[in-house]
Amino acid sequence: MSKKLLAGPYLIWMTGFIVIPLLLIVYYGLTDRTGAFTLANILSIATAEHAKALWLSLGLSLMSTVICLLLAYPLAMILRNRQMGQSSFIVFIFILPMWMNFLLRTLAWQTLLEKGGVINGILTALHLPNQNLINTPGAIILGMVYNFLPFMVLPIYNVLCKIDDNTINAARDLGANFAQTLWWIWFPLSVPGVISGITMVFVPSLTTFVISNLLGGSKILLIGNVIEQEFTKGSNWHMGSGLSLVLMAFILLSMALIAKYDKNGEGSTF
Amino acid sequence: MGHPLIDLVNISKSFDGTMVLDDLNLSVKENTFVTLLGPSGCGKTTTLRIIGGFETADTGKVFFNGEDISKLPPNKRQLNTVFQKYALFPHMNIAENIAFGLKIKNKPKAYIQDKIRYALKLVNLDGYENRSVDSLSGGQQQRIAIARAIVNEPKVLLLDEPLGALDLKLRQDMQYELIRLKNELGITFIYVTHDQEEALTMSDTIVVMNQGYIQQMGSPEQIYNEPENAFVADFIGESNIVPGIMLRDELVEIFGAKFACVDKGFGTNTPVDVVIRPEDIDLVDPSQGTLTGVCTHLIFKGVHYEMEVTTPDGFEWLVHSTDMCPVGKEVGIHVDPFDIQIMNKPASEDEEAVGVNE
Repeated sequence: MSKKLLAGPYLIWMTGFIVIPLLLIVYYGLTDRTGAFTLANILSIATAEHAKALWLSLGLSLMSTVICLLLAYPLAMILRNRQMGQSSFIVFIFILPMWMNFLLRTLAWQTLLEKGGVINGILTALHLPNQNLINTPGAIILGMVYNFLPFMVLPIYNVLCKIDDNTINAARDLGANFAQTLWWIWFPLSVPGVISGITMVFVPSLTTFVISNLLGGSKILLIGNVIEQEFTKGSNWHMGSGLSLVLMAFILLSMALIAKYDKNGEGSTF
Repeated sequence: MGHPLIDLVNISKSFDGTMVLDDLNLSVKENTFVTLLGPSGCGKTTTLRIIGGFETADTGKVFFNGEDISKLPPNKRQLNTVFQKYALFPHMNIAENIAFGLKIKNKPKAYIQDKIRYALKLVNLDGYENRSVDSLSGGQQQRIAIARAIVNEPKVLLLDEPLGALDLKLRQDMQYELIRLKNELGITFIYVTHDQEEALTMSDTIVVMNQGYIQQMGSPEQIYNEPENAFVADFIGESNIVPGIMLRDELVEIFGAKFACVDKGFGTNTPVDVVIRPEDIDLVDPSQGTLTGVCTHLIFKGVHYEMEVTTPDGFEWLVHSTDMCPVGKEVGIHVDPFDIQIMNKPASEDEEAVGVNE
């Protein structure tokens, strides 16, 4: 009984700030301005503009997740094989930028990538042609990778640290070279961490609108931007909620797909 | 017994400035059970890891069958290791664990199947193919670790305190199993342990190590009965180590009493250390003892009584006997000449390295 009481504050929090808002979103998503039931908000995802934004979002976040994974895995392996003191210092350096404001970091990239920005300034000084860096899909991917990479590194690093040195030694002892050890031992044993990492990079990438606003300009609309605009500029909460529900469905679907490959279920966040 | 299979030549290794192995030389012959025995931190595990290729020696060379393998990575060495905490692959079932080394070597499927069945039979775990690692007890996991190593038909099997995590009864069973395996397979075992009883039970040759040096190398009988220095005498079994003076060949003076012994060649009036095992001391009537003392301690141990007899000079002699002597009774101490082991005094305060020449 007393244990149940301890969960009380969290239950109140969860009801007030998670369950009720979610129900509100569902309500708005399934009704029109008069309050009548409609599927129009959900189906509006099929319109050319919305569908394009959704596919672009899926594509870009998938790409940045893959890039994060490719960058994070080797890094996590290097960190794991370092001595304890050394690696914790590097991890610290790595998460240090995360303590700075997310918007600020992204704005910094804007300054770097702008037409008259720092990078083009250097290129001009070197008498090299200026590059069109800002407002491209590439800039958005860069922003996503830069902001979300630590979320990929940490879970993979944690899971790699849990692998016993002698498990690796045993594989080497039985004749496996580095690539074989990587494929048969490191990878399978790190799946839970990889899955957490993918979840923690893919989901925020898919729903972001700040990064695409700042680094994509108004030219590139992601599904996050579309939803944001429905709420702020268009004042159509019903449409925004409907699209949010579609996005949630996509996230749940991709998580279910990943979880299928995660036999242990350790890594999934659901 | 066969020709040398593994030779360690002038191996030195230090970690963070601490010398772990100092100019170690060791030769292991084919088809023997060699045990590296010593307290923790004596360098025995490091020696094993250098042979296995998990550690590189700072100086010196490792030879396998006459070939220098010092620079080879572990996967290129024809030996297999059984690790202390089994180190089975947790994401594979038992059959996959055992098959790992063979799969890496691209052996045919039917061959691998046969090998798995054979290995499981050998370690008395037939039918465990599809079990998960988690579902096995510690002893079973250790047997799988052994099976996983031996299917690769290594010339040498390295075992790093493989029974350390098992309880006493299981440990004893596994000791017999290891002896049987070694005889059936005809491969060389290099076994690391700090348990002297384990070493005495299983080994053909025991290498006693301390502080990076080999203290003594020999058969279990030699190590137990003829320890070469106080460290070995003290580490292997229980013993009374007392200062003595070698008066002449076959006569030693201990606490003013003259004991006949069988050792020769120590010169005359030489200070020596004398080792007498507790079970070699006979308690007799005071009138017949070489030394006399008073029994000050008595504990019943099951197989025998453990007693302490204090002689007038204050030394407490540890005595094991099936005959009981009550506390406070005056007794005589008698030791047969061949039960007295004479050792040179160490040259320095530290346990000195004892050169081993075979």
